[in-house]
Amino acid sequence: MEFGPHLVLALLEGAITASVLALTAAGLALVFGILRVVNVAHGEFFMLGAVLAWFVSTTLTETFGTGPAIGFVAALVIAPLATGLVAILADRLVLRRIGYDPERTIVATIGLLYVLQQATLMSFGPEARPVEAPFNTRIALPWPERVDGEWVLGHPWGFGTTSYKLFVIGAAIVVLIGLWLLLRHTTLGLIMRATEQDRDMARAFGIPVTRVYALVFGLGAALAALGAVLVVPVQQAHYLMGGDPLLLSFIVVIIGGLGSIGGTVVAAVLIGLTDGVVSVFFSATLAKIIATLLVAMVLVFRPQGLFGRAGSR
Amino acid sequence: MPALDEWPDEWPDKRPDEWLGARSGERPGEPAVNGARGWLLHLGVLGVLVLAWFVLPPYHTGNLARILVLSVYAAGFNIVFGYTGLLSLGHALFFAAGLYGLGLSIQHAGLGALPAFGLALGFSALVAAVTGYLALRTRGVAFMIVTLMFAQTGYLVVLYAARWTRGDEGFVIARGARSLFGLDLADERTRYFAALILFAIVFLGLAAIVTSGFGRALVAIRENEERARLLGYDVQRIKWLAVILSGTVSGAAGAAYALLFGYAGATFASVQYSILPLLWVLLGGAGTTIGPLIGTVFMFYLVDFASEITDAYLLLVGLALIGLTLFLPRGIAGELRRRALPWLP
Amino acid sequence: MSRRRHSSPVHASPVAPALPQRRSALKALGASAAAGAGMAAGVGTLSGLSGHVQAQSAEPIRIGFQVHRTGIGAAYGRWYDRTTTAAVARINAVGGIGGRPVEIVAEDDGTDPKRGAEVIEKFERRHRCDIAFGTLFSHVVIGSAPRAGELKLPYFVVSEGHHVASGMLNRYTLQPGITDVRSQVQAMAPWVAGTLGKKVTMLYADFAFGHDHRDYFSEAVAAQGGEVIAKIAIPPTETAFTKYFPKIPRDTEVVYHVMVGPSVLTFVKEMGEFFGPAAPPIFGFIDSLEAVDIASPGLEFLEGTYFWEGYPRYAQPGASAFDAAYREAVGVDDNGASVTDAKDVSTYAHMFGCWETLNIIKAGMEAADYRGPADRTKLIEAVEAMGDVPHSLDHPQGAKRFNGRTHQVFGHQHISKVVDGRLELVHTTSIEDTLYPDEVDYTTRSF
Repeated sequence: MEFGPHLVLALLEGAITASVLALTAAGLALVFGILRVVNVAHGEFFMLGAVLAWFVSTTLTETFGTGPAIGFVAALVIAPLATGLVAILADRLVLRRIGYDPERTIVATIGLLYVLQQATLMSFGPEARPVEAPFNTRIALPWPERVDGEWVLGHPWGFGTTSYKLFVIGAAIVVLIGLWLLLRHTTLGLIMRATEQDRDMARAFGIPVTRVYALVFGLGAALAALGAVLVVPVQQAHYLMGGDPLLLSFIVVIIGGLGSIGGTVVAAVLIGLTDGVVSVFFSATLAKIIATLLVAMVLVFRPQGLFGRAGSR
Repeated sequence: MPALDEWPDEWPDKRPDEWLGARSGERPGEPAVNGARGWLLHLGVLGVLVLAWFVLPPYHTGNLARILVLSVYAAGFNIVFGYTGLLSLGHALFFAAGLYGLGLSIQHAGLGALPAFGLALGFSALVAAVTGYLALRTRGVAFMIVTLMFAQTGYLVVLYAARWTRGDEGFVIARGARSLFGLDLADERTRYFAALILFAIVFLGLAAIVTSGFGRALVAIRENEERARLLGYDVQRIKWLAVILSGTVSGAAGAAYALLFGYAGATFASVQYSILPLLWVLLGGAGTTIGPLIGTVFMFYLVDFASEITDAYLLLVGLALIGLTLFLPRGIAGELRRRALPWLP
Repeated sequence: MSRRRHSSPVHASPVAPALPQRRSALKALGASAAAGAGMAAGVGTLSGLSGHVQAQSAEPIRIGFQVHRTGIGAAYGRWYDRTTTAAVARINAVGGIGGRPVEIVAEDDGTDPKRGAEVIEKFERRHRCDIAFGTLFSHVVIGSAPRAGELKLPYFVVSEGHHVASGMLNRYTLQPGITDVRSQVQAMAPWVAGTLGKKVTMLYADFAFGHDHRDYFSEAVAAQGGEVIAKIAIPPTETAFTKYFPKIPRDTEVVYHVMVGPSVLTFVKEMGEFFGPAAPPIFGFIDSLEAVDIASPGLEFLEGTYFWEGYPRYAQPGASAFDAAYREAVGVDDNGASVTDAKDVSTYAHMFGCWETLNIIKAGMEAADYRGPADRTKLIEAVEAMGDVPHSLDHPQGAKRFNGRTHQVFGHQHISKVVDGRLELVHTTSIEDTLYPDEVDYTTRSF
């Protein structure tokens, strides 16, 4: 394929990666920013979202004979909610008891990771299972080509995408706008931001900090699960699928700069797109090496991330 | 730091670390007395390990040989994490540097075991020096990610260089090449004692280091970096040296693993192998010298026993980790130090 | 091959008293129940415990099963588990090996080479196993083989990897039940170059297994006057594949694909989305679709494309009675899916390796008059002496030829075409098509 369409295709795929990554990383940014803890099990919440989506849509399709669209919509609502509840439970039972101590949280969340993975393996099984998209038509994309000395809009071989993939990008944007509105324009968002800025001060103002923490932890997990539900018709649900999202979300959150959801989103877009673009020029493994070193160097020379405040943590 | 009117008269003659507040047992990792008790404990542990060869059934001595090499890795990690307070998520890079440094030199350059080991150590030290220099420009979470990224790069390079490393599949190091001073390292007893000797050197060596001035400086940096800097310590240089030491010890473990067990593969360079030493050290007790060994033994047998009871052994392991962090937050040796033995180095 | 029988009285199941054996003993119990319930091998109306009518009170033969219960290989491991259980049930139903019942001691290796080596140690030192068996993923095999060699534990792997025949391992490691990737790939080249086209683009998983495909196929197709015009390596952990397909040159005559891992369905789906209606001829290895239903939505474009199949997933008209009996024993229907859940598609092209390997083990032990660990070398020598093995219920995939020098078995390879959402066999190679020169002679090595 010629360079132009190839690049566009890579960018498009990168945009989908970026959309899902932005949602997952936003969830992590909330937890990281407000609770100041490293949640190693964040990727497992992502995985739970995908697995629950499969469960919901399959049950509805098989037991009630509904189409994939209804199953998907139901999954979109139920899976993040359920995952959020699991997270809140984990917060109540474990994180609160260890006082959100950074080191202890790492070990505790590693334990949580094993528990969630194994529980999923035992119930869902080791295979990757597909979830049908609510709609999915192939769209051949146009590209200007020179035919007989004139510019025409042609359809190069293989240059296309699907309607569902475009939907993923749109849905992610909508959710992120919703999150922004929540944080900036609601009382709840105000409470969350206040707790993030100064926990003790917030407590002095009568904010129930432990409850906010539980809510934020649940919300973070729900966002990751939502990202997973959106992407699962494209990929499959698999019990080990949480590893990559965990790694990538961490990178995105740190590069974006702690305490900045906006920075997280920008970083997600950058990282998602870069991965795709670099792979156009280099073999996949080499592209990954370059991308990884790039991330490291950005941080070495700008440790606060792209949008963080200099000198902070 | 003492208040202005409390400055002791002798302060110009004492070294800063000596009156930095090293009160017995007040803060974990501050060895107050590096005296007889500490050394007796260390020698005792080694004695028990020597005895173990004669007393334990072959299954456990075989396991112990592996555990000892892996606890050297954990001990290397402990220098940077337990004593200096830097959370690195990229130590698999150093382990792999040692593993492949030795493996590739034997496989492709035909070196003998001892020169290959030396080369591996040098290579790990070099890798630690370079990556440490860059990574130490960052702190906290950024440091975590930078070290993680360097380790990931190492892993990907191993995969990319598949022509020599055979990538994820890895390669076998022939039994004939695995001999030291004419002794076959694949022989049970030779292997066990080779692992034990390496462990003993690292164990005693690190005990000496952490109770020395350098070690106390590390602890000072961990407790309060600004204060240490104000006291005139070259904090960056000390941290850098800690990373090099840590990387070299981790590399020694990697090289030993390849030499004693005959296999090198990209799995050992993956993220998993950066998380494992963190787990071992946190469980055993960060900032203690026996913590790494205890943590490694504990995790190994936890998995082993759990897998005999059920197929879902990872579930048990996960619950055990959560339980441990709820009730023994400082790790096994850490809790021991806090509650009973404040002199534990 | 003689069969030894004790004349001592009938004894019930091998329920061993010790705790570590409990899990494996439960398996054997369950296996014997299954033997009574579903055996088409003409054993008779045995049920429950009495399925062990002829298994004697003799010490059981313990086979350490290194299985991928967790980790990236878990989906394969599950089917390997089922097939092994069925194979052992059948062996025990006819008296075990040399009159001794077979007991499987399974340990999870987590699809990890470090744990794999530790598990080998456990088999030898703790469970007192006679042999180890059953590993699939190559890196676990290579990580474990040195230890198996040092412990002098015969290690029968079911891995498809070329590592055994390459000489990298030791005389204790054998692969007598499944063919290796080099022979598979080499056998495909003549048909592909002759039937589909000479200019090939290869899409393969970027790890050792995929590299073997790349290297051996390039060599083999060049020998047919063909050429690999593009080699596209895809990381096995990749989840989004669209960006790779634009690298396929426009003048490709054949697209050759082999992918492994949980994302294979995404890979094939996105390939279809990329080509749309204008796809070139496609030849894939069924690895890209193991445990995946060919009739899944998004895979319609596979209609008319071709696949290498180790063992045809769909029961073919004219298939032998052996195939039908084998399917019934392992609980797989005529579409290659589980009889209890039609959506649970099996890894049919690989799992037969467990069945056949266990039968080779039985044949070898009986030929060597195996009594215990002291006879391990005799067992290996007996297996090394095996040559051609006929098509039978012991070897339902087809006749085999074992090369005692390289410790690798060779067999027929199959090519199928997707017709109406099913796979139909169109070509079977001879065993000679799959042979290649020896790279090692393990028989010259000492034990």
